[in-house]
Amino acid sequence: MNARSNLSICHDCDLLQREPAEPSGAVVKCVRCGAVLYRCNPGNRERTLALTLAAAVLFLIANAFPIVGIETQGQHNASTLLGAVLTLWRDHDGLVALLVLVTTVLAPATEIAMMIAVLAARRPSIRLLRWLPAIRPWAMIEVFVLGLLVSIQKLSHLAILIPGVALWSFIGLMLLLAAKSATFNARDVWQSVSLSEPRRT
Amino acid sequence: MSETAALAASSARSLGLAACPACGRIEPLSREDAPCGRCGNPLHSRKPESVSRTWALLTAACVLFIPANLLPIMETGSLFGSQQDTIISGVIYLWTSGSWPLAALVFFASIVVPLAKLAILGFLLVSVHYRMRRWRGIRTRLYRFVEFVGRWSMLDIFVVTVLAALVRLQSLATIKAGPGALAFGAVVVLTMLASMAFDPRLIWDGPEERNG
Repeated sequence: MNARSNLSICHDCDLLQREPAEPSGAVVKCVRCGAVLYRCNPGNRERTLALTLAAAVLFLIANAFPIVGIETQGQHNASTLLGAVLTLWRDHDGLVALLVLVTTVLAPATEIAMMIAVLAARRPSIRLLRWLPAIRPWAMIEVFVLGLLVSIQKLSHLAILIPGVALWSFIGLMLLLAAKSATFNARDVWQSVSLSEPRRT
Repeated sequence: MSETAALAASSARSLGLAACPACGRIEPLSREDAPCGRCGNPLHSRKPESVSRTWALLTAACVLFIPANLLPIMETGSLFGSQQDTIISGVIYLWTSGSWPLAALVFFASIVVPLAKLAILGFLLVSVHYRMRRWRGIRTRLYRFVEFVGRWSMLDIFVVTVLAALVRLQSLATIKAGPGALAFGAVVVLTMLASMAFDPRLIWDGPEERNG
């Protein structure tokens, strides 16, 4: 491409450095501050796409069914994630409801949809690739799963709890999303974009 | 990392280069805000107005941190009267009910993490202001810790959401989110935005370079 193609600039300390010809580990780190510059394992697009599609299916199941049921003294109640958001909304906690909706439903759904669009397309959309890292910090499925486990522990003294399909789906979704991030190599995808696309001026 | 050679330890900015924050492409920086040749993302040598933006978000987070801890985040109504729980009383309840590993986890996510985020970001801003030259590696690692750990403070918000949705047993008990939940959620979002606004490259800028 050009003379700059084997150079990297550290995003954490701005050091310009030559990329190693034969990296010794799975990741290349900045020589000065140790920030991870990029991953060396070639990303496997088909595998990432398969994991993301599986995550999309589990995401739908996790949102369609009740997460946990509660039973005490003949009374029964169960709630889906959207039902929980709606309860907050009706209790006049609109902003908290919005925060939960964004971090557990909208951001993960957007991330999964964008990943599928990027991975399935022959020429991935540059705009989607650009926005992907901006969405990721706001998708908090793994924190939500931990919150679920804490809530279950808090209630287990007081009532009988019936785990629902969605509980297992959320745990599976969390694992699939982690696996998807591990096999996705954004640098590879960007390089394929710059090879197929003429330089914009 | 012997095979990775730094080029005379020079910052990209001093050589007039910048990497695209989205795609990583290296380009000569003719002017701030010039679009990246590959993806069109605006290029900057440093995040624009990083220090003042981070200060503003951090100050707002510090102010809201007080009601977040003093106001109840959860209100329980039952036959035996009503009870209000703050973040700390929630941790104490978990501790006394015997699940101390969970109490430690919630204590870490809801109390240690937000406090550490506020303290570390404040320290980083002050150290950048005084162009501190020591502990640059440690300060960069502190920044990465804040970036990594920030999201986990949402834990308590999710716990309240799930409890409020499930405990709707008309005559027996009802749980609602309290006003502290909104303040606490705002602290989490504001500190996440503050850490995104902060530019860790400022830590490495020499005395001759102006802070962006």
